[in-house]
Amino acid sequence: MTTAPDPTRPSATQAGPTRRLDTRAVLLFALVAVLFIGTGFLQSWNTTLTIFNMGLISAIMALGVNMQWGYAGLFNVGVMGFVALGGLAAVLVSIDPVGEAWAAGGLQVLLGLVLGAATIVAAILAYMRLPAGRLRTLVMLAILIGGFFIFRAVFDAGVAAVEAVNPASTGFLGGLGLPVILAWPVGGLLAAGAAWIIGKTALGLRSDYLAIATLGIAEIIIAVLKNEDWLARGVKNVTGIPRPVPYEVDLQQAEWFLDLAARIGANPVTFSSIFVKLCYASLFIVVLLALIWLSEKAWNSPWGRMMRAIRDNEVSASAMGKDVKARHLQVFVLGSAIIGMAGAMMTTLDSQLVPGTYQPLRFTFLVWVMVIVGGSGNNWGAVLGGFLIWWLWIQVEPLGLGLMQILTSGMAEDNWLRNHLIDSAAYMRLFTMGVILLLVLRFSPRGLIPER
Amino acid sequence: MDFLNALVTLLNFVIIPATAYGAQLALGALGVTLIYGILRFSNFAHGDTMAFGTMVVILCTWGLQALGVSLGPLPTALLALPVGIAVTGLLVIATDRTVYRFYRAQKAKPVIYVIASLGVMFIMNGIVRFIIGVDDQRFADGERFIISARTFREMTGLDEGLAFRTSQGLTIVVAVIAVALLFWFLNRTRTGKSMRAFSDNEDLALLSGINPERVVMITWLIVAALATTAGVLYGLDKSFKPFTYFQLLLPIFAAAIVGGLGNPVGAILGGFVIAFSEVGVTYAFRKVVTYLAPGEWEPEGLLQLLSTDYKFAVSFGILLIVLLFRPTGIMKGKSV
Repeated sequence: MTTAPDPTRPSATQAGPTRRLDTRAVLLFALVAVLFIGTGFLQSWNTTLTIFNMGLISAIMALGVNMQWGYAGLFNVGVMGFVALGGLAAVLVSIDPVGEAWAAGGLQVLLGLVLGAATIVAAILAYMRLPAGRLRTLVMLAILIGGFFIFRAVFDAGVAAVEAVNPASTGFLGGLGLPVILAWPVGGLLAAGAAWIIGKTALGLRSDYLAIATLGIAEIIIAVLKNEDWLARGVKNVTGIPRPVPYEVDLQQAEWFLDLAARIGANPVTFSSIFVKLCYASLFIVVLLALIWLSEKAWNSPWGRMMRAIRDNEVSASAMGKDVKARHLQVFVLGSAIIGMAGAMMTTLDSQLVPGTYQPLRFTFLVWVMVIVGGSGNNWGAVLGGFLIWWLWIQVEPLGLGLMQILTSGMAEDNWLRNHLIDSAAYMRLFTMGVILLLVLRFSPRGLIPER
Repeated sequence: MDFLNALVTLLNFVIIPATAYGAQLALGALGVTLIYGILRFSNFAHGDTMAFGTMVVILCTWGLQALGVSLGPLPTALLALPVGIAVTGLLVIATDRTVYRFYRAQKAKPVIYVIASLGVMFIMNGIVRFIIGVDDQRFADGERFIISARTFREMTGLDEGLAFRTSQGLTIVVAVIAVALLFWFLNRTRTGKSMRAFSDNEDLALLSGINPERVVMITWLIVAALATTAGVLYGLDKSFKPFTYFQLLLPIFAAAIVGGLGNPVGAILGGFVIAFSEVGVTYAFRKVVTYLAPGEWEPEGLLQLLSTDYKFAVSFGILLIVLLFRPTGIMKGKSV
């Protein structure tokens, strides 16, 4: 295309990426490719692939946040919570059920949860059905307090029974024992459910409120994962989540694999680990490409135009008869589902769920840096940001360490300042991310690949 | 007697800790609410500003301790506090000059400030961790207790002890002084009045010749003082750990919103509402009920509504209730 497209009227016949080969975007993607390939040559291909796989997952998370922020201007800082829910889905779907625990108190735990949910529903119904006044308040309080004690009585006994079953190795209900790939959509569904509840309460209010509400729900989800041992073993972690790809040890025994390794002249042990990472990468690439395709379709559809219209001017959009609150809820749930899916994929890649590793800086705010740096409102920008920022996040640590070693090379070996600087070099990455975010926000506020 | 024992238990485990915690949250929430009132955005870097100020105070305290300076029964950190406030003040003013002023000139949307504050948060977080590390740091010295549990038991002959720690007493006293100073400043001085005018109606304030840059600078200085004080008091009362300070963001924001964003009185009220609910809901009331119940009856469970691990859920729950039923907060706050 020679003429720049009119941003307000994209033609429906042109698909996003092929509409106009944006030289800037191509160059930037090439640069990121050089970074990854350079890592391969300078460090190792194993490292490159490790970073690349997490880069793919980061790109998906960034797509989800971009859908909420770029499409609709919703400020969600609870990304960590949705990622963790996805991780929970991986456990609940793929781990084999623990029969003994189910026999001991599984049904009682479920009954407790149902009672808890019923209490909340009853309270909401009472609020909606009864006329406003003191009676309503009293009835609601009575339902909530009474329900809470019944819930605790049933639930706590069940939990105690479940957690008492062989606590060192199980002590939880386990999952469904299904293939782990199924956890990806399920993770999306779990995150979508949580997003629906948050959206129902906090959307439509001021943007700051949504931010604080999502920040809070993320912390609560992590607290639940850490403390509810019956669910996913809490801080005892769930390890050994089954893989969707072959194991290295099996590959190293397999005839065809040894042949293949011999043919390309690679060490079978190293090659097996690279091969496994490539398998993961191809699965993730399929998901990422599908999501980009869908996102671009959505962006260029009437629905996407409506979302942008709402984002840019809520008042006129609602004057045109658009239901702003419902559309916000919709896109919030969709974006969260994508993040949840990425969370499930990440736990699948790690083969374990470790609630203690979920840190807001890493899982919420870093994803935000990706979206802002890459270009909010542009799916390709978000993907680029995902890869670029993740690469930096990993590589700033060795770079920072090197820098510190050069800076301190004149000092004595046992100089306390030297040791301190070298020990603290790891925290340079936080500093660097902040500087990058501020620089991009200031000098290129629309990101590296701006919205078209 | 049993009634007195119950009362003392309640004081010891709920009322005193919650009051101290509430005062710390109130100071933090005042900072958030002032920024919101004057600069009109939610400052996500506030927790890390607190951590930075506290870090400076800790380093200074260590220096003073090494020199042998002490305040006798009071913690040395009090001497270091002005230094901490000054350094933090310089840092936030520098941040404002390099980061936020640009967006003010552009009249950027509030959410852009919030994203910029995320960048500032990363940087401050990096600085604090780089200088002092991520571990727990204790820097309290001086007398540990105003009244220790043992002395109290001996004095009154009750079964239950009442421990009143220096840090708790200090928190309450310092918070009262800080709040009194702040309100005197806002209500009585010319600068304070111009700040309130600016917060109420920016255009009218500009029209009447108030210099916005000066108002903003003074706001940042006050916020630095409040944040450092809150951080030091929290650190003396519990301990200093950068990540905990980051997490304080949630109860502090909850306090500011519950009270009504932009409303200083509301921030104080909100701080105490959050603190009392957090401590009250996570405290096991078994002992209190045992004392109060007639005869030898003892309740079976711990009578704890929620485990302490879920204290964030309490701030969040209150926040949600307020958002649903009274979105502008208990005291009427602003809405943008």
